[in-house]
Amino acid sequence: MDSMTIIAVASIATAGLTTGIGCMCPALGEGRSVATALTALAQQPDASATITRTLFVGLAMIESTAIYCFVVSMILIFANPFWNHVIAQAAGK
Amino acid sequence: MRLSPDEMILWQHGLLKLNATIVYTWGLMLALAVGSILITRKLSTGLERSRWQCLLEIVVTAIEKQIEDVGLSHPEKYLGFLGTLFLFIATASLCTIIPGYEPPTGSLSTTVALALCVFVAVPMFGIEEQGVGGYLASYTKPTIIMLPFNIISELSRTLALAVRLFGNMMSGAMIIAILLTITPFIFPIVMMALGLLTGMVQAYIFSILAAVYIAAATRTRKPKPAPMPAAVPST
Repeated sequence: MDSMTIIAVASIATAGLTTGIGCMCPALGEGRSVATALTALAQQPDASATITRTLFVGLAMIESTAIYCFVVSMILIFANPFWNHVIAQAAGK
Repeated sequence: MRLSPDEMILWQHGLLKLNATIVYTWGLMLALAVGSILITRKLSTGLERSRWQCLLEIVVTAIEKQIEDVGLSHPEKYLGFLGTLFLFIATASLCTIIPGYEPPTGSLSTTVALALCVFVAVPMFGIEEQGVGGYLASYTKPTIIMLPFNIISELSRTLALAVRLFGNMMSGAMIIAILLTITPFIFPIVMMALGLLTGMVQAYIFSILAAVYIAAATRTRKPKPAPMPAAVPST
């Protein structure tokens, strides 16, 4: 296998794996946080504004880790520097 | 596949490039500024108010209330900065309805610029509230060992703000672009509605996080004053 093939296989496999793990783990975290927020809302309905706002801020922080994984996958697929370098080399030959 | 509106170049002259991000950003700024000027030309405090004035009042009082809820006791000092952040990002996301429009927040340049504004504003408000010494001393709380971690957390918060907003906006645009090539009829519209919702949520999150950082920086840690002795009549 020449270096072009290795780079392509590694990029594709890593992109898929990154998105897979990056979607599963934040989803678990967000599920737990929403469950706890619902329990808190059931216990104290008059604090619902604060609880809801804090829930959304917490969800956004958890979501951002999923976004990091997504951005890395996109870079690997569409803006891959190693792939561009190898392609430029192959085109130059 | 185009990752960001930065790559759509409309005009080029040597080193100067006019890309879609700049055009849409300035278009948004014009729309917001001219719209506000037109609405606030004849403000009335009586019972007869125009609809547009009511709309602006609802928006401004809602943002002010949210800033106060976060813990900033004088929201009018921060209303300009935080309100503008929210309105810019929200309008940038809402205008996706217009065909041919790409949100400028889908480009890393715009989101990094907004995050840098927050990065500069937090120490500015902190120093305004606590003085230079007081603000710098807050980096050594709770112990001096936390100093490098506090500095690193400042930088990583800024980066997280930028990448969060960029990732959300870019993913929305990309999902719609990919779906248009697969199932181009009804499903992209559903994803566009979802993109609108996440855009508004991200605008809210960005401004609330900026407010929380400012609140953390301006929280004065003055010791509580000793209770006054009961007034004794002098006669």
